Amino acid sequence: MSILRRNLPGVLVMGIPVLWIALFMLLPYGIIVTYSFWLKKYPTFIPAFQFGNYITIFTDPQYVLVFLRTLKISILVSIASFLLAYPFAYWLVFRCRSAALRTWLYMAVIAPLWVSYLLRAYIWKTILGTEGVLNSFLMSIGLIDEPSSLFLYNQFAMVVTLTYIFIPFMVMPIYTALEKIPTNLTEASADLGMGPWRSFWHVTLPLSLPGVAAGFTLTFCLSFGDFIAPFLVGGPDGNLIANVIATQFGAALNWPLGSALAIVMLIVVLTIVSLSDRMERKGLSGGI
Amino acid sequence: MAAIIELENISKHYSPTIIGVDNVSLTVEDGEFVTLLGPSGCGKSTLLRMIGGFEEPTAGVIRLGDQDVTLDPPYKREVNMVFQDYALFPHMTIGENVAYGLKTFKLDKNTVRTRVKDALTLVGLYEKVNQRPQQLSGGQRQRIALARAIVRRPKVLLLDEPLSALDAKLREQMQIELKHLHEKIGITFIMVTHDQTEALVMSDRVVVMEKGRIAQQGRPQDLYDHPATPYVANFIGTTTFLPGTVADGADGVATIDVAGTRISAHPEIELAKGATVTVGLRPEKVKLLAEGETAENELEGKITEVIYYGLGLRISVALADGSKIDADTLLPDKLSHSTLPQVGAPVRLGVATHNIFVFEGKVTP
Ligand SMILES: Nc1ncnc2c1ncn2[C@@H]1O[C@H](COP(=O)(O)OP(=O)(O)OP(=O)(O)O)[C@@H](O)[C@H]1O
Ligand SMILES: [Mg+2]
Repeated sequence: MSILRRNLPGVLVMGIPVLWIALFMLLPYGIIVTYSFWLKKYPTFIPAFQFGNYITIFTDPQYVLVFLRTLKISILVSIASFLLAYPFAYWLVFRCRSAALRTWLYMAVIAPLWVSYLLRAYIWKTILGTEGVLNSFLMSIGLIDEPSSLFLYNQFAMVVTLTYIFIPFMVMPIYTALEKIPTNLTEASADLGMGPWRSFWHVTLPLSLPGVAAGFTLTFCLSFGDFIAPFLVGGPDGNLIANVIATQFGAALNWPLGSALAIVMLIVVLTIVSLSDRMERKGLSGGI
Repeated sequence: MAAIIELENISKHYSPTIIGVDNVSLTVEDGEFVTLLGPSGCGKSTLLRMIGGFEEPTAGVIRLGDQDVTLDPPYKREVNMVFQDYALFPHMTIGENVAYGLKTFKLDKNTVRTRVKDALTLVGLYEKVNQRPQQLSGGQRQRIALARAIVRRPKVLLLDEPLSALDAKLREQMQIELKHLHEKIGITFIMVTHDQTEALVMSDRVVVMEKGRIAQQGRPQDLYDHPATPYVANFIGTTTFLPGTVADGADGVATIDVAGTRISAHPEIELAKGATVTVGLRPEKVKLLAEGETAENELEGKITEVIYYGLGLRISVALADGSKIDADTLLPDKLSHSTLPQVGAPVRLGVATHNIFVFEGKVTP
């Protein structure tokens, strides 16, 4: 009794977070894992321990296709973000002379993160749609005569939208990594006979790889689990895993399969995160 | 000997008000060990970085050999730099770091391996070839940085405060090592330091800088014996200064009134009778006179402070007019501590005529 009272603040400080994590994270994981082995028996599910759901995921072309599509979209989004973010971050860190401008531009890239994610995805609907900004613009300059429906409701629209939404997560780690590279390393490289391109290739790029890895991990995993963009701009054959999972828990009423899908998705994401973590650690031990 | 580096009226004005280097001309002979010496912010690094190609001068010409390299980028110059904090590549092994500078030479693998091995052996660290810079101590990194620079066999090696990150013992050891290395490989060294001992120990020639300009240059002992300005006198060694008036300035021997006493000196400048001058005295050249002992010049005063510094004593003396000078003396024998100078005691100080510096004007250095 007195022990408890003496430790009460400690118990509260530690206890509430532990309880929170147990209740809202560990328990749901447990439930999902458990469900993923159950059997669907219309109209409900019966407890079981069998791998049928997982087998379905890896054999039914329908699910394999969604997985591959999600993989493809996520990879495209990561690559597009990288190709845009790296030169931009590089320019900011090494070429932008004015510190004020640098801060400003960096903030401009980060600021959209404070705007509702849903809103930012929705914006692209109004840009790419038949009534949208892009179509009006193309018509006004006479490139097309009537609105094109080619821009919206396809995978292209999804990649554009997701790249737009997640690019700050690529810019931030790359910017940080580049900023950490001491200028005297590039100077040393030049001193040792290397021109700007070769210095970049041999010194700057390798030393920024941990940032690139972090950026790829973030944008890939965020895209991999995205639910809104396919929903808003993806069109009929733009479903990603998250949408399929949602359907299993909703209309299809197949919680066991939905759970198994969620677990597979979780494993993919965790694998990527731990790989990149290992790479970053290695980068650090070899790092600055 | 031929000139290897020629700086002609080199200036670097970062902005109209921030002047890094101001109209410096300097010639460095092939094989020489030259040190740029001066206090923080006097433009030493800026000058060195312009020779390396990391800064572009706002005026002037830099010649390497007989080539104008003023506007060449660093990777086109046959000079190499040892950076202050070494700038070793953290993502490469020691071997890769040293081999890095050979990439542009397109040598075959075996030649690269031998040259890397030779360079690392020269600095005594070949056994570290497969380790990473982070696994080495400060002194070891510093040697790797050296090996990485000399493996390219540059015409000139630039060193920006190469020893400043090392502790005192190691620094002394590396000073000697660097000096030997210079003698061994015969490359021209240009080093920057703010440590006068380092400059005096290592270099053939010291260039003392002051606010972006060269204050004086010369062999270490010449700078010590013939400082051109109070600034140099105080930067190379220690000097105490006394205001004086010229009583007579004829024929290379001047008599000067200092602190109520008349002394004589061999000034290196022309002095007019009645001119205001500053007299400089090195503590190690001022002698505490025993009873009955005489000197060419004598000053009288009272001891105000006695500082013990291991090798000897530094004694501060207030002269009749209140001005102060310092005198160094060796410690007396252990057994005669009773004869140690006492604060408050009257003393006579002696200085040889040729050990007195005379500078024009009234200066507070
Ligand atoms: N990139 C720069 N931009 C503006 N001013 C600079 C720059 N680099 C140096 N300066 C200025 O030029 C002057 C000389 O600097 P420099 O670095 O050459 O001094 P230093 O003699 O090497 O000093 P230290 O011993 O502290 O390294 C200083 O007043 C410094 O403020
Ligand atoms: Mg400096």
